Amino acid sequence: MSSLIALELMINGDRMRVSAEAHWTLLELLRYEIGLTGSKQGCDKGDCGACTVLVDGKPQLSCLILAGTAPGKQIQTIEGLQPAHRKAGGTGLDPVQDAFDRCGALQCGFCQSGMMLSARALLNENPTPDRAEIREALSGNLCRCTGYTQIVEAVELAVAESVGAEPKTPSWAKDKPWTESLSSKKGGGDQ
Amino acid sequence: MLRLPKFNLVSPKSIDEVVQALADSKGRGRILAGGTDLLPNLKHEFIEADIVVSLGEVDELRGIEVSADGGLSIGPLTSLADIASNEHVLRIAPALAQAAGTVAGPQHRIMGTIGGNVMLDTRCQWINQSHFWRSSLGFCLKKDGTACHVVEGGSRCVAAASNDTAAALASLGASLDFQNAPTEHGDGKRTLEFEALFKADGAWNKKVTPTELLTRIHIPATPRGHRGGYVKLRLRGSIDFPLLGVASRLDLDEAGKIEHADLVVIALQARPTRVRKAAKLLIGTTPGQANYDTAVAQVMDAAYKQCTPLPNIPGDHEWRQEMVPVYVKRALAAALG
Ligand SMILES: Cc1cc2nc3c(=O)[nH]c(=O)nc-3n(C[C@H](O)[C@H](O)[C@H](O)COP(=O)(O)OP(=O)(O)OC[C@H]3O[C@@H](n4cnc5c(N)ncnc54)[C@H](O)[C@@H]3O)c2cc1C
Ligand code: SF4
Ligand code: FES
Ligand code: FES
Repeated sequence: MSSLIALELMINGDRMRVSAEAHWTLLELLRYEIGLTGSKQGCDKGDCGACTVLVDGKPQLSCLILAGTAPGKQIQTIEGLQPAHRKAGGTGLDPVQDAFDRCGALQCGFCQSGMMLSARALLNENPTPDRAEIREALSGNLCRCTGYTQIVEAVELAVAESVGAEPKTPSWAKDKPWTESLSSKKGGGDQ
Repeated sequence: MLRLPKFNLVSPKSIDEVVQALADSKGRGRILAGGTDLLPNLKHEFIEADIVVSLGEVDELRGIEVSADGGLSIGPLTSLADIASNEHVLRIAPALAQAAGTVAGPQHRIMGTIGGNVMLDTRCQWINQSHFWRSSLGFCLKKDGTACHVVEGGSRCVAAASNDTAAALASLGASLDFQNAPTEHGDGKRTLEFEALFKADGAWNKKVTPTELLTRIHIPATPRGHRGGYVKLRLRGSIDFPLLGVASRLDLDEAGKIEHADLVVIALQARPTRVRKAAKLLIGTTPGQANYDTAVAQVMDAAYKQCTPLPNIPGDHEWRQEMVPVYVKRALAAALG
């Protein structure tokens, strides 16, 4: 019954001409047609947030968006996070990505792209959220591994560094001086 | 992976085009707003559609306005996030803002609309499952089956109305404008009092058909001393549907005495449950005084007796009943701030 429809989409700042079937979700289009597999297919029914992308800057669930309703909107996936940061004059990774890396805010990583996009959307709107605001903004992203603590701390680290403040001591560092160990983690090492 | 079944998609730009597309679908069309309920249900295959009519480009269905009488006129395509934070809603209809702010998680409130919440399908732990899961168990009355897994021998589906904003909108005396395509018999428009929308059949708990377009939500003006609250019981505070939801309304006179009171409970059965008789016990009392506290204890007791949760949605139903008085008390406290 359904047939291919031609779509013109804006994905990570690039204009793309693609075709899709009417019953395809944006997530399916991204992953299986365009090859952007950073958006994860977790529950595929709106429960988990692993498929979160930014639509006109706001976090939305790409498993519950029909591809055919996406034209005219700015879609940002995890693949576009660092390019957007660089385009805005930044260097290296987006500070959210960098903080997730240094805080070890992941285990299996399945939730991570959605988490980082929700965090990025929050920081774009509110550059200095407190812990309650961070938790609220990430509350639609489920993580089955980390227990969330390091994830929240990663966002706090990104916030603190952006305003030049001393980051709060994270839970795992107890009273030890830890900012140095964090910066020595910068650039890798398997923590 | 949960694939959507095949359908066609149309994205009209005006109300007139939407109702025409729905009329042309001969009952096989479905309305798509934020999609956060429709798409999971289509994926679970207990809703079917040949044509999905997206409202996304119909700008006339968006927006929150203060009406001439000082009430609210809300376009159904307004997002729940906007409802929850809008200054007029917070002032005129605080229970609605609170209810919208507790629907699902942040992404759902950005995508999900107030119209989609009003028109939300009922929920039951035996139906909100994949087709494969349901086929293994045996289908039920709501779709493709002849038995109910909740009420043994039951002949009617008792899936629960689970829309948080419904309790608030009922307590606010809202009304709803619907539109069908015009025919030789009339212009296709009708207005329903909020509670008149619902019937006690969980298979389809609305008195309008799935292809009737909700075009506007009206909330009458509330008096200066109006207070409203909404609280819900759920397992995870971040995202879950209500296991029980209570909206409260208290209108105070200048001296702080209650002139009008209402309580509406959601997530019990297919319709919102109004516990008005119980709420009336509050009238004439003054919050902060002993007569109010005595009345609250009576209201809690009366609500407990009137509300009988079923094992339709998750959460032990006897526990949910024990929580009725607790949440009635919290809803009243939420109204008073
Ligand atoms: C994980 C998860 C958790 C959730 N938790 C909650 C919760 O706690 N509380 C809650 O209330 N909901 C919850 N929801 C459901 C949903 O997100 C909300 O109810 C939302 O408001 C639905 O709005 P929508 O615009 O996405 O609706 P859609 O999915 O677009 O539509 C829902 C229904 O309404 C119909 N419809 C939509 N707009 C109109 C219109 N203008 N006229 C006529 N019919 C219309 C559609 O045809 C469909 O049948 C949850 C969903 C998920 C996936
Ligand atoms: S209440 Fe009964 S008929 Fe309705 S969805 Fe649940 S099991 Fe099916
Ligand atoms: S995959 Fe979209 S919310 Fe889980
Ligand atoms: S790291 Fe595994 S789900 Fe979050």
